[in-house]
Amino acid sequence: MTTTTTPPAAPAKARRRPVSDWWNRLSRVQQWGVLIPLVALVYLLPVLNPPLITTQPGYDFPIAMFEVSRYALVAIGLNIVVGQAGLLDLGYVGFFAIGAYVMALFTSPDSSLAKLPFLVVLPIAMVVTMIFGVILGTPTLRLRGDYLAIVTLGFGEIVRLLADNIDPLRGNRGFQGVGHPPGVKADGNPLFNNTDGIPWYWLCVTIIIVILFVVGNLERSRVGRAWVAIRDDEDAAEIMGVPTFKFKIWAFVGGAAVGGLSGALYAGQLGFVNNQKFDVVTSMLFLAAVILGGAGNKVGVLLGAIVVAYVPLRFQAIAEYKYLIFGLALIVLMIFRPQGLLGARQRLLAYGRQAYQRLLGKGEQVSSDGSLVSDKAGEKA
Amino acid sequence: MTPDLSSLVLAQGGGSWITFDVNSFLNQFWDNTIDGLSYGSIYALVALGYTLVYGVLKLINFAHSEVFIYGAFATWFTFYGLGFRPGATPELPIFELIGFLLLALVASMAVSGGTAVVLERVAYRPLRKRKAPRLVFLITAIGASFVLQQILFIWRGGNPEDSIRLLRNDEVFTIFGGSVKIVTIITVIASILLMIGTDMFVNRTKFGRGIRAVAQDPDTATLMGVNKERVITLTFLIGGLLAGAAALFYMMKIPQGASYQGGFILGIKAFTAAVLGGIGNLRGALLGGLLLGVVENYGQSLFGGAWRDVVAFALLVLILMFRPTGILGESLGKARV
Repeated sequence: MTTTTTPPAAPAKARRRPVSDWWNRLSRVQQWGVLIPLVALVYLLPVLNPPLITTQPGYDFPIAMFEVSRYALVAIGLNIVVGQAGLLDLGYVGFFAIGAYVMALFTSPDSSLAKLPFLVVLPIAMVVTMIFGVILGTPTLRLRGDYLAIVTLGFGEIVRLLADNIDPLRGNRGFQGVGHPPGVKADGNPLFNNTDGIPWYWLCVTIIIVILFVVGNLERSRVGRAWVAIRDDEDAAEIMGVPTFKFKIWAFVGGAAVGGLSGALYAGQLGFVNNQKFDVVTSMLFLAAVILGGAGNKVGVLLGAIVVAYVPLRFQAIAEYKYLIFGLALIVLMIFRPQGLLGARQRLLAYGRQAYQRLLGKGEQVSSDGSLVSDKAGEKA
Repeated sequence: MTPDLSSLVLAQGGGSWITFDVNSFLNQFWDNTIDGLSYGSIYALVALGYTLVYGVLKLINFAHSEVFIYGAFATWFTFYGLGFRPGATPELPIFELIGFLLLALVASMAVSGGTAVVLERVAYRPLRKRKAPRLVFLITAIGASFVLQQILFIWRGGNPEDSIRLLRNDEVFTIFGGSVKIVTIITVIASILLMIGTDMFVNRTKFGRGIRAVAQDPDTATLMGVNKERVITLTFLIGGLLAGAAALFYMMKIPQGASYQGGFILGIKAFTAAVLGGIGNLRGALLGGLLLGVVENYGQSLFGGAWRDVVAFALLVLILMFRPTGILGESLGKARV
């Protein structure tokens, strides 16, 4: 994780990445030219229901796609905390649960609270989880590494146990009829219902794209640079004047907000929330998605989430063994490829040099690891 | 004691969330203390495994809870193999009883110790060879925990085994009105003996000095002729043996039998105990375990049984807020010569 501060030329050559090199050499316009059809394809996927990819007849394909996109959203949120800021959070499911419960409390007829529309509750759910992010973060972020991990694990368990035990949260009985976004079909039935995954999938993919933009911009901002500094060496960052505590809270709150958002979406699609889905194992699966793909790499965590969510749905025969396979996969992967399927990319230096090159009036050809592809003379000039 | 205190209620909306049952707390204070001490010594034994491994490798061995539950299954199968079946507790002559219990103890310790050593060989040693960063160890530990758990699940299914008991749950004598049972006596005394033994092993023997040396500075220890790999294996072995002993006491104590997930919550609690006392600190593990067991029981009688685990985790967060390295601090590495 920490090998990224000084990208020397030698390992860059040893580890060739044809796809990302090719990608980085494309101009902006060309990149868009590739991206737009790709995104269109992603949107069309549940409608096309391609024969090899489909999960039917075992599992409804559009709903499976929604599950996958939901995991992807969670992985992006957790990646902010674990991948970007390097804070190991084992209780992320707590935020997910809070989001789901806020949605249920404000929209379900089983709750005694005021009923609000879905779209109003969505930001409320995010704000409430952010507040919980601060509540968890403020006292605990002084802790380092393993201590932080165990406290977050404890937090996740406390949230679950509270859902078990606090009477208004209805424990195992749960909340029926959780709200959904507005909109009706031509026949008068609601557009977003529990059986049709396609609108939910589209909604979730749209949210993912928006969040990817936000997170991508955050990465390049002062906040993102502070996170990387903290991840690589917290003490050094502190000494160099980075207010580490503040930025750690930022990471926690940002991650929490995305977790709450995905929890709220999940509650809406399922239409039912009870205390069964928020155990530590789920938290571990979220973390597995991030680590599997490559913590700190947006494309990587998306890939990891897709693997973690899709494979058990596609291969129902192995679904029973999914935790066993996960465990084995994690061990084998950590031994042979500890940085994940796609390792964390250190783009910051690349961005810095890009800017420098632009100042000098040169091209902006920078390879994925941050070393210059174009002539070295410009650097010396 | 006073009637107006007896049902202090945090009311919200229609129903009550949390009831403070002060009467029950006061009436059962000694019962809870004694019961808490026996749970606490089980936590402490498991916590020693976490603490030793953490001290030497700086690794939270998440799979330690599975090492523990393998011991619990070994206990169950030993009893089953000896011809005992779930249901009524048999009347046994005292020597036979002690013999059976010792047999189960040996089986449980052997299985747990073996599991821990195999785990170290298969999962962690390849990572050490590759000088992997610490996060990678942690993820591997989580993966190993899944694997060990699922092997049990596939083999024995999701339902817990029916409990087999050799000891009657009779009261032997009372202290301050709190009843002391034979299980409690055995658990507390045996745990404390085992912990003293471990403490002496680590602090007095040559092998123990090796463990402390590696905990303090692995590279220098290697230069000084300590076989690091052997020390790490030994550390896992001791942790496993203690977890195995804890598993036997746990099986004698809890009403239900072993279940594939049974180690998980106990594992987290034992880790909590280790962190409470200061992870890497043997005496801290004992202190943390006993404290956690007792406080948890007080919380249970004060708020009701469902709040037991919440109290444990809340205690963890509270103590870490004020003492980020636990009550006694980390110290396996700070050798007291």
